[in-house]
Amino acid sequence: MSLTTERPAPAESSLIPSKPRVGDKVFKGLSTGSGILIFVILGAVATFLVALAFPALVSSPETLESQGFGEFWSWVIPLAFGTVWSSFWALVFAVPVAIGIALFISHYAPRKLAAPLGYVIDLLAAVPSVVYGLWGGIALASALQPLHAWLATYLGWIPLFSGQPSGTGRTILTTSLVLAVMILPIITSLCREVFLQTPKLHEEAALALGATRWEMVQMAVFPFARAGIVSAVMLGLGRALGETMAVAMVLSGANVIKIEMLNQQNPISIAARIALDFPESSGLAVNQLIAAGLVLFVITLAVNMVARWIVSRRAAFSGAN
Amino acid sequence: MSKRIEAKNLDIYYGKFKAVEDVSMVVEPRAVTAFIGPSGCGKSTFLRSLNRMHEVIPGAYVDGELLLDGEDLYGPGVDPVNVRRQIGMVFQRPNPFPTMSIKENVLAGLKLNNKRASKGELDETAEKALRGANLWEEVKNRLDLPGSGLSGGQQQRLCIARAIAMQPDVLLMDEPCSALDPISTLAIEDLIQELKANYTIVIVTHNMQQAARVSDTTAFFNIAGTGQPGKLIEMDSTEKIFSTPSVKATEDYITGRFG
Amino acid sequence: MTATLTPPRASSSLTAGQLPRWTTPLLVAAAAVVGIVATLLLGGFNAGLAAFFAFVLYQVAIFVASASVEGTRKGFDRLMYGFVVGAFLLALVPLAWLAFTTLLAGLNRFDGQFFTWSMRNIVGEGGGAIHAIYGTLAVTGVATLISVPIGLLTAVYLSEYGQGKALARGITFFVDVMTGVPSIVAGLFAYALMGLVFRPGFVSGFAGSIALSVLMIPVVVRSSEELLRIVPNELREASYALGVPKWRTILKIVIPTAISGIVSGVILAIARIIGETAPLMIASGFTQSINNNFFDGPMMTLPTFVYGQYAYRSLPHEAYVDRAWAGALTLILIVMSLNLIGRIIAKRFAPKTSGR
Repeated sequence: MSLTTERPAPAESSLIPSKPRVGDKVFKGLSTGSGILIFVILGAVATFLVALAFPALVSSPETLESQGFGEFWSWVIPLAFGTVWSSFWALVFAVPVAIGIALFISHYAPRKLAAPLGYVIDLLAAVPSVVYGLWGGIALASALQPLHAWLATYLGWIPLFSGQPSGTGRTILTTSLVLAVMILPIITSLCREVFLQTPKLHEEAALALGATRWEMVQMAVFPFARAGIVSAVMLGLGRALGETMAVAMVLSGANVIKIEMLNQQNPISIAARIALDFPESSGLAVNQLIAAGLVLFVITLAVNMVARWIVSRRAAFSGAN
Repeated sequence: MSKRIEAKNLDIYYGKFKAVEDVSMVVEPRAVTAFIGPSGCGKSTFLRSLNRMHEVIPGAYVDGELLLDGEDLYGPGVDPVNVRRQIGMVFQRPNPFPTMSIKENVLAGLKLNNKRASKGELDETAEKALRGANLWEEVKNRLDLPGSGLSGGQQQRLCIARAIAMQPDVLLMDEPCSALDPISTLAIEDLIQELKANYTIVIVTHNMQQAARVSDTTAFFNIAGTGQPGKLIEMDSTEKIFSTPSVKATEDYITGRFG
Repeated sequence: MTATLTPPRASSSLTAGQLPRWTTPLLVAAAAVVGIVATLLLGGFNAGLAAFFAFVLYQVAIFVASASVEGTRKGFDRLMYGFVVGAFLLALVPLAWLAFTTLLAGLNRFDGQFFTWSMRNIVGEGGGAIHAIYGTLAVTGVATLISVPIGLLTAVYLSEYGQGKALARGITFFVDVMTGVPSIVAGLFAYALMGLVFRPGFVSGFAGSIALSVLMIPVVVRSSEELLRIVPNELREASYALGVPKWRTILKIVIPTAISGIVSGVILAIARIIGETAPLMIASGFTQSINNNFFDGPMMTLPTFVYGQYAYRSLPHEAYVDRAWAGALTLILIVMSLNLIGRIIAKRFAPKTSGR
């Protein structure tokens, strides 16, 4: 035994360590502390926002009129409407396409192509929002202007399309399309995950009964994936609600509540209003913008909570982040 | 080098659930002791309690005494880390560290415990452990390649080498051959026969022929039903257990009437 | 009811009642030609309109053909196939359009001056984005330095220490909540924090880093936790059985096994926050020159540079728009290469786990 001296265990007679093991305590403390820091950060976000929003919330309408943007609720409610309205249309455009793409990748495309095709769609998620804004504001808006004119001419009797069409194309329609492109990859990737988890047995059972591929999707995939799809849509909505740059750079907006989608004047969103006004604001106006941010925070929080709740009801989808 | 283990009225709990009840036994040094019994009978749990590995699951604890050459493994102030340095373990499936080479795997115990040693000493230790595990001839030319490139049987012997490089007093083996083919199993069984000259060896196995082939003493565990704790039914020399067991349940199990 | 219900059967053989294989390509080609001709007749070629016509035409044709030969069930199946493939192709349109536009317009000013000059005292043409590139690197770098230790340690807590504990469930929940914080709210938070700690209206690169950290931490936690969890438990047990303390097991076995995935996750997280604009507009402000003081005064970044050039245009407009596009191109190239690097690391350096 040439190496007996090198024996790793301490003195042979004892199992009791000669000195206390601090490494474990320190490391556990550090990682637990980091976890607790998450609480602290989120608590700080809420606290600081409330603290700086407070002056605007308690000021009289007259003070806000002179130093801010006018009475708070009548100012913020049109913004909240604009936020929800543009996001709603983004969902209407994005969801069917996203589900189609997810199905294409999970059940229709050849196996070998599925991963690269998924990567291509993920590329859409990698594009910074400011680039979407630039593209939407410069390229897409003018390209869609003829569509605006056409819709207003031939479908103008529908309230959504009534009124004088915008000459620039910088409308809710264009903005919602840009938002739709931005949330498309999120919804797609979550749906794809869920579709791929469909039990093979169910699919094969359907095919063995002589179902066509689409019937198999209806019988086996959709029922299984329903909760997953809903939560994916909610997460996409959460993203659309908070999106700033695309709206700020594309939409020609104002503080109005109106449903027409093709006009010069459009309801702007909270996030875009903050982004546009913040650089030139000071004093109480800043407080009022922060208060609007708080409202946005609450709206997105509610949407995300509902999404989580739907996911947690079916723990099978815990894989769908 | 080789130590004797003595359990006195040992109960093992996972939270409120009592997994093993009232086990008393003596495991002799320089011998192979096999634990057999149906699935869920607590033999693996008992094995893992011998080096306090079952404590990895939160809420696990024991009641009773477990002595290693007279020293209580669960005494106040005893550090499970120190226990495990003296009682090595080999698992069901070979689990070499994927980020390390073959040599690093063998020396992992020393390196991870921050032992400083010269390169010569380390090389010597590695060679000795690999020779001890009958693996040296097969891997001596590729010590710096990843351990995951070896076959299943070689990986398991690498894990044994990794355990004996720590020069433990006891070597616990939890179904070490269950993931291996018959030829690799034979190699491990031969190795166990050689190792018993230096170590106390405890092996859990589902394979009764294996217990009969490799062990000197056999302990039979059984369970009354699901949710009930496992118990030690009978322990005796392997020859006696497999020829004239004194308890009916043991005979039924060995002759294949249940389990 | 006396008659037995008989399932419908194709008359004689298994191949009867099917459209020939060349039906689909033929119809696609025909629909495309008709679509293009139709737009020409309607007053000028328009790719979008032609594609739309062709798609509708193809769908109608394939449904009618299939329904009459193969039955309505099969016809419906082919119709849905058309929609699913159409959805995918539709998504490629903005991607290709955006990539093409950015490349084409971005190259106008993708020159040496762009990468060596700032906008200091520049009105109209010329100038560059060096101040913004410098700011982006500094702000993102510091955000990474803040987020990675916190995120990684939190992930370690969740996967190694917290199992089944109420604290861990709470952290997971709040990480989820943090993932949903709108980026502009993160900017407002950093601004509010700085305003209360230093002075109202205080903007700096550091404030931007704080805002980005709020967005980055949850991403790092999520990806790292997932990767730590898939490290096989057998490796932890093997290490414990060698008498290695838990913290050393985590540092020397668990994290190294997952490291390639963790690094790639961090790089992808950087790629995600490096393009954030709104929080930096609020927390770091706008400036035309390099700011060497990271802790005080406005600091420009590439995304805010792009926005600034686009939003505060003066004459000649093209100079500003070209700079915006060049900035966008730079940003996209950075993000894409980060993405690529992240994926390569994940693929190439993943340890080969055996027996799994």
